[in-house]
Amino acid sequence: MPLVLSEFRLNLLAKYLCFAFPAIGIVLIWGYGGILSLGQGIFFGLGSYMMAMYLKLESTTSDSSAQALSEFFGSSLPDFMVWNSVDALPWWWEPFHYFWFTLPAMIILPAFIAFVLAYLNFRKRVGGVYFSIITLALAAIMSIVIIGRQGVTGGVNGITDFKTFFGISFEAQGVRTGLYFVTVALLLVALVVGRFIIGSRLGKILVAIRDREDRVRFSGYDPAMFKGFIFAVAAVLSSVGGALFTLQIGLASPSLVGIVPSIEMVIYAAVGGRLSLIGAVYGAILVGAGKTFFSENFVEYWLYFIGGLFMLVVIFLPEGLASLLDKLTGNKNARAGAPE
Amino acid sequence: MTFDIFLMQAFNGLSLSTILVLMALGLAIVFGLMGVINMAHGELMAMGAYTTYATALLFEKFMPGLKDIYFLIGIVAAFAVTFVFGFALERGVIRFLYKRPLDTMLATWGLSLILQQVFRHVFGPKEVGVPTVSWLQGGWAPAAIPGASFPLSRIFIIALALLVSFGVYLLLFRTRWGLRIRAVTQNRAMAGAAGINTERVDALTFALGCGLAGIAGSSFTMLASTGPVTGQQYVVDTFIVVVFGGVESLLGTLLSATIIGELQSTFEFLMTGSMAKASILLLVIVALYFRPNGLFASKVRR
Repeated sequence: MPLVLSEFRLNLLAKYLCFAFPAIGIVLIWGYGGILSLGQGIFFGLGSYMMAMYLKLESTTSDSSAQALSEFFGSSLPDFMVWNSVDALPWWWEPFHYFWFTLPAMIILPAFIAFVLAYLNFRKRVGGVYFSIITLALAAIMSIVIIGRQGVTGGVNGITDFKTFFGISFEAQGVRTGLYFVTVALLLVALVVGRFIIGSRLGKILVAIRDREDRVRFSGYDPAMFKGFIFAVAAVLSSVGGALFTLQIGLASPSLVGIVPSIEMVIYAAVGGRLSLIGAVYGAILVGAGKTFFSENFVEYWLYFIGGLFMLVVIFLPEGLASLLDKLTGNKNARAGAPE
Repeated sequence: MTFDIFLMQAFNGLSLSTILVLMALGLAIVFGLMGVINMAHGELMAMGAYTTYATALLFEKFMPGLKDIYFLIGIVAAFAVTFVFGFALERGVIRFLYKRPLDTMLATWGLSLILQQVFRHVFGPKEVGVPTVSWLQGGWAPAAIPGASFPLSRIFIIALALLVSFGVYLLLFRTRWGLRIRAVTQNRAMAGAAGINTERVDALTFALGCGLAGIAGSSFTMLASTGPVTGQQYVVDTFIVVVFGGVESLLGTLLSATIIGELQSTFEFLMTGSMAKASILLLVIVALYFRPNGLFASKVRR
């Protein structure tokens, strides 16, 4: 791909690929686990913001102009904090000075939050639509809080204006291409992990829970445990996608956290096929590219396009484009049964 | 806190509650009774609001003498437009998805995107406002309580909400049609076997829920202006109200709307608006953890 695409297009493709991570997670939890989460933006945002906090602090301490600015204001704080007259770095920003903290935090924190949230709810047998609406509300809360606490989160503008990453300037030759390869490599890892989970006993129990949860419970399993675990896996995938997105695009913004992006992530999975891991990837690329193409060429119509596509897929292709491909190639019974 | 501040605070909460009631009633029917997750509910409200706006424009142009009653006509028109749209929507899309409730959420989300763009094309991207009719301007300041003043428009909305809720109650629990609706939503197959035309009941019930959204949108125009994304801002609140109250209970919807409205206005008194909203949502999530089927869910054997 890097050979045929300009750097700009490559960057766009990498951006779509970042959204493939949460989409793969949604295939796991929704297609196989039967849990529709409308709040994957929460975890995408967690990863994105943690990465952004690290990058921002690195820019603030190493960059000469930022240094000069902070000398002038008498403190070395990120610029948006200075503008919002915050006089000390909040304690929860401190650890993000260190990459050895940031990297594990991007994995552990979303996994922990997701597991606790899902386990508690599923143990109480809050399920189905209720869980979807709870995740929806959480996504709303997160974007409200980020926008409301402008001084410590950057508010509507988000966290922007990074200069360096490990001391390498973002402007340097080949950095974008390198990031693209990192994204692709991680995506392959995610696909392999997903495949492994589906193929394992865990995956089979998950499908069983999706189809007849009570029977699984009577057989002595604890469905809440399994659902909590898979939800945590999806959260980590989302977080990784968010962190990569911040690296690619150079910002973390509340517009990636709220309800609309969360639902769009479900759209990617649904269009690609909710039972197909690879479908999630091309769902993300296809819808992302479609959005770009239509918004570049027919600014006024892209919402019609994406809304219409979505309704058609749901009504006529409940298993997404992957099922269409299966039909075309005569590959019957390729997936582990239809959901619901 | 003095008495009049307390009273005004309670009144503000109440008028917020009634807006929530109007919004949530339609959803409680569509979501609570039929199990259809209609993410386009907010856009239907916006449709009702735009219908009222269009009515206002028409009256201004052709019948300036009757300007004072346009609002009543607007409410009826909003109901009619959203009712017809809801009927068409059920026949065209929703009926294929009854067995896949989560998919209704996705399909209607697609629809809501389309509707937003339609609004943008027809009415422009800017927010539009509706002139308040003369008899709803001003406020009612009772002499007994100095310092307190209640806007007439809000009193009108409270009355409207009570009227509509009562009407829905009568319709569902005191008419043949209501009996059929309840029969079909409880057991579609059995109701069909007993000779009820379930398809027609489904379509009409869904259309009724949409029509109520239209009325909500229409009354909403008196408090704020309407834009293409207005609906999206309210749909989550509406879902929260219905879920918090317990989806199968209309009374629960009323009570939960009251609680949420009053809490919201109290919290706004204590902290910033956005933080108040975040705290409310968080409280509801915690409440749902302890009462998974909502606060006022009826005990049903499953």
